[in-house]
Parts: sequence; C-alpha cells; structure tokens
Amino acid sequence: MLKPMSAVDLRAVSSVEDVSQGLRDNSYLPDEALATTIYLSLRLKRPLLLEGEPGVGKTEVAKVIADWGGGRLIRLQCYEGIDASQAVYEWDYARQLMHLRAMEATGKARSTNEAELSGELYSERFLVRRPLLEAIASTSGTPAVLLVDEVDRSDDEFEAFLLEVLSDYAITVPEIGTFTAGNPPVVVITSNRTRDVHDALKRRCLYHWVEHPSAQREAQIIRLRAPEVTETLAREVAHAAEAIRSVGLYKPPGVAETIDWARALNLLGGAQLDLAGASATLGALLKYREDRDRVLEHDLAEIVSDAGTAAVRESESGSIGSEPASAGL
Amino acid sequence: MSNQSLSGVADPIDVAVGFASALRRAGLEVPLASTLLYAQALSVCDVSSRSSLYTAGRCALVHCIEDVDVYDAVFGSYWMGEALKIAGPTTPLSIPLMLNIDDGDDDHSGDEEQPDSNADVMTVRYSATETLATKDFADYSDEELEEARRLMSRLRFGGPLRPSRRLAPARTCSGHLDMRRTVRAAMRAGGEAVRIERRVNSFRPRRLVLLLDVSGSMERYARALLRLLHAAVTGRSRVEAFALGTRLTRLTRELSSRDPDRAMRAASDSVLDWSGGTRLGAGLGCFNDEWGCRGMARGAVVVILSDGWDRGDPHDMSEQMQRLARVAHRVVWVNPLKASVGYAPLARGMAAALPYVDDFVEGHNLDSLERLAELVLTNSTNSRSSLTILGAGVPEVPAVGVRP
Repeated sequence: MLKPMSAVDLRAVSSVEDVSQGLRDNSYLPDEALATTIYLSLRLKRPLLLEGEPGVGKTEVAKVIADWGGGRLIRLQCYEGIDASQAVYEWDYARQLMHLRAMEATGKARSTNEAELSGELYSERFLVRRPLLEAIASTSGTPAVLLVDEVDRSDDEFEAFLLEVLSDYAITVPEIGTFTAGNPPVVVITSNRTRDVHDALKRRCLYHWVEHPSAQREAQIIRLRAPEVTETLAREVAHAAEAIRSVGLYKPPGVAETIDWARALNLLGGAQLDLAGASATLGALLKYREDRDRVLEHDLAEIVSDAGTAAVRESESGSIGSEPASAGL
Repeated sequence: MSNQSLSGVADPIDVAVGFASALRRAGLEVPLASTLLYAQALSVCDVSSRSSLYTAGRCALVHCIEDVDVYDAVFGSYWMGEALKIAGPTTPLSIPLMLNIDDGDDDHSGDEEQPDSNADVMTVRYSATETLATKDFADYSDEELEEARRLMSRLRFGGPLRPSRRLAPARTCSGHLDMRRTVRAAMRAGGEAVRIERRVNSFRPRRLVLLLDVSGSMERYARALLRLLHAAVTGRSRVEAFALGTRLTRLTRELSSRDPDRAMRAASDSVLDWSGGTRLGAGLGCFNDEWGCRGMARGAVVVILSDGWDRGDPHDMSEQMQRLARVAHRVVWVNPLKASVGYAPLARGMAAALPYVDDFVEGHNLDSLERLAELVLTNSTNSRSSLTILGAGVPEVPAVGVRP
C-alpha cells in the first residue's frame, strides 16, 4: 500500500474531523466516539486503552495511527511471564564477554582501571533495546506508536512496571542513566478482558470500548479493504454478518472475518450474495461447528434474502457512494 | 440536577468536578486523577457538540464497559436535563428473568422429568426433614454463620500448579542459559565463566474460578458459601468469583475487600436476584460467552457450587458444561444436597452436567469444605481420566460417564 506522502504531525491535529479523515485516508473507518477518543489521546498525550470483542479492529488502530503519522510502529506483544528483560532492555552479555576477552588479549585491560573498564562494558554499545526502551529513547522527529497488545495476558507485576514507564515516559537503566522521551510515543494498549487491568493503569489511560461496526459502516470497511468486491455484495455481506452476530454464537465473527467472507464470495464469482455461495463459504466466517450448525438451523436462506432486501433499500438511499471513503486508495 | 451549559467563561475544572460528583452520587468510582483528565479533555475538545462532550467524559471517567449505562443516565440528566433512571450499579449481563419461585412446582416438574424414580427420593430432596450431616449450613443461625466465616477464612486454596512462562534461577544444570547471572559471576571471577548459570520455567497456581448458584433452591446454602468465596478471593491471587442466578454477577471486586463485613454487604447488594428462579444452563452460557471461553476459564480450576436444579433445557446445560470442560483444566461441582442420605443426582441439570464434571463433592458443612479445599489443592494430574466422588456413601450414581 502507498504510504501517504506527507506525514501528519500527530500532536498538532486540531479537530476530531482531522482524526476521522486521517484514519480514513489510511483505510480505517472509525466511528465518532473512537475518533474523539483518539483525538483526545493525541492532544493530552495519554495512552489509549482499547477493549472490545476479539476481531473488532483494536490492534489495527495502532497500525493505522502509525501509518497516518509516519512514525514507527513498535509492538509489544504481551504474554504471561514477560519481564523487563524482554520488554525494556537487556545487556548483550555475550558481546560484553567477548569485548573483555579482546581487551585482555590486546593488553588494554591492564592499562585501564576498573571503573573505566566497567563503564565501557556497560555502555549503550552493549545495550539491547526492547520495545519499551525503543519507544522511549526514539529520537526521530515523528512520535513512534507503541502498541502494547493484549496487556491482560501479562501478569500484574508487569503491569505495575508498565505503569511506571507510562507515567513519566522515562526509563532508568542503573548503569547508564535515565532515558527520557523527548517526543513521547503515542501509546495504544489493547485488552481482551481475560482479567481486569489494574485500576492504576486504567486511570492513566483514556478508555474506549470498541463495538462491532454497524452494517453500513461495515460495508464501507469491506469496500475499503477489499476494493474488488462489488458494492452490492459488500452491503449484503455486511447485513448478513450483522444478522448472524445476533443469532447468539460462541464466537460472533469479527470484521476481519467478514472481509474474508466477502473476498471468498467474490472469488467464487458472485456479484451478489446467494444461498449456495453463502453456505459454501461459511467457513470463512464461522470457526466453530456449533456456530455453523446454529446459523444453518436458524435459516441461512432467510438471512441471505433479508440481507439482499436491506442492501437494496440502502442502495436506494445511496450511502456508500456519498462517502469519500476511498480517498486514500 | 439542573440543566447546565458550558458557557465560554466556565472553568473546565469546576465543570469537571461537578459532573464527576454527579457520577459518584450515582455509584461510579471516579478517582481524582480521572476528574483532572476530564477537565483537560474538556479544554481541548469542542464542547458545543453533544457527541464530543459525551465521548470526552466517557473515555476519561469510565474505566469499564459495565459502567457505561450509569454514565449514559447521568450524562442525560446532568447535561440534557432528562430524568435520572438507573437500574442499579450492576452489570448489564442479564438474561431473561424468570419469575418462578421454587415451591410445589418443583415437585411437579421433578415428577415430569423422572417418571420412573420413586417418590421417596423427591420427598427427601425437598422436604424439611432432610437428614443431612451434622452442622449443616442450612441449620446455622446468624452467629454460627459468622463463626463459620472465621473458620473458612483459614481455608487455603493453593490450587494445582502449572508451568509458568516466567523463568526462575535453576539449581540443576538444565534449562535456559542465564547469561545475566553467568556474566555477573564471571566478572567477579576475573572474567572467567567458572559456572554456567541456568534458568528454568517456574510454576504458579492455576486460576481458580468459583461460580455460586444463588437461586431459590440454594438459598439456605448460598449465604454460607458466599463466605467461602470471600475466603478464597482474599486468600490467594488469581481467583475469580461469580454469582449465578437469573443473571450472572461478577463478585470478584466486591469480595476482594479484606474487611469481611464490607465485602459481604457489597456482594449481597450487587447480587440482585437472590433466591430467584434458576436457569443454570443459561447462566453458564453467559459466563462462557462473556468471560470463560474468552480466557478466564482457560486452564483454570472451575468450581461450581450448586444443587444442580435447573429449570432450563437440559441440552443447554450439557452443551454449556461441555464448552466449559473443554477449556477448563478441571471442573469441580460442589453440591450441598449430595450429603443427604440416598441422594442421587436426578435433578435434570445435575444429570446433564455430571458427565463433564471431574470432581463431584459435597459442600453442606465445614468438614466437606475443608475436603474441597484439599481437593482443589492437591489434585493436579490425571484430571480427565476419572471422576472423583468425595463424601458420604453414595449408593448409586446413575449417568456418570467418563468423559470422552
């Protein structure tokens, strides 16, 4: 995909509309509440905490902000047991040893005193920067985007650590000193709520619950992400997905799955949603046998025909075309 | 609360403080830091637009999706002058309410489901003359309940361990190379790596999830068992507690207060459906959807405290139990009625659930809870191979299949 030629200064966005437009130019369609929250998070330099069902596009937000601002995306995938040496920094011990040996071999070690020697060993040369330090110590003019993904998978201890970093945007390495972010990164934290994120961390953040998009918005998203799909098909798929989500499934399909489904239908040559195509490609949308059975039981034919009617009604009122949705493509 | 508007001269701090205290009156916890954040947000966003005024407050003052309903109501009343209507400071995870009181009707539906069972079993099960083991919770007075709580707080739920991703220094010479410690030691030995240090995966207790049935038929036990939940939640980390009734209520937060009186009060208040009807299958489904299958029950020990009396469809029950059993490490069912003489798991829900239960134990008195704590503590392996049945003589247990 084309990167926008002129990166935007993220800290200088002046209105919610700028955010909406900026994200839209990078193929993401935020609703107004999300755009407002992102705007506030950029202006107030506060981390953004996104929660929501899996598959509603939480992680995508960070990627799109990075594309939009032209900054680096630094991703920290959390997992259980993650600790400072994997998230912040680590010394490159092997190289330190080698260096020591080399100094010994060349006789330099004998001529330097101990303080100098350890100063040399514990210098930035031997520091391995992990994502958090990378984001804080970044010296580039455009702020980096730090994505702390699935923070609920890490343990509480790590969260406390994250809190420390995010409150001052500073990291202290005892042997060297303190790194302070000249240009604080834009921080996006996502959580799937397998456990509660600690209140202290929540207090630092602006919170937003990401919902499944409305059928109209979802049709636009499909068109944006899979331009080869016809407008009619996109609308029908979006309406069908909305209906399927309301059936009460184990795992309601996310936006990514709907896009996959639309692509699959398109590949099979359908310009419109029909029952045969829909039941053949249902596997792109539903990943549990029970869910599939439930949808088939619930009468897929009806869902398909209703989606068709809804799409026709929508196209008569003309909504996709009127949106400047594909400006960035 | 009067209708207010942000005129150009209003100080955002005053506005923020006013609105935050309105939220606090409605039962939300709003820390001072969030109020300040809200004030900052107001000063940079366009407050003349209703939607950005709304979102600014929502993202700064609300910290979980459950609180959004309260926020919406207060927002409406504070800024728009609408009448304040708040159902209660609880979660919107409701399932349709069934206004059935367990009485008479129970026997009736019991007969329906078990036409071939002799009437004796049903009478024993629901009559007041149930012969339970001594010191049955059902016979406790308030003082005895308090005493029981004190005793329960001594129970320790350690829980089976599982390998953690966290690495700890190893004494043996196997495991990952620990460069950090190796090099530190080498520095002390003049740059000579005399000893190679290692790290191995450590162990930590599995998450413990407690689901307490608070429906009418469990009434006599639920209040005592709630004290067990409190003891478990405050006793160790990674414990989650829920109340299952006509709706699902998460109690972890309420019970995490160390002050037992406060915890009990908070928990009792947040459960809106004490002694309501039972739809265990639907409640479990709700738990699976909202929490369990998303990660909370994954690899966890799930303890269900219920008499298994379910008015919903038994297919629902077995389907939801199957889902739960697939993600959980171990499913323990604590049934206070199990101790009664001649008890057999005939209640539809219980019979449907049993094939997916790893341990089926009684929980009618302190002794049995102690055994439960031991069980949760010790049983760490072979979870899927056999069904443990603890407790007094169980003459016959029909429909106990070994899980596939």
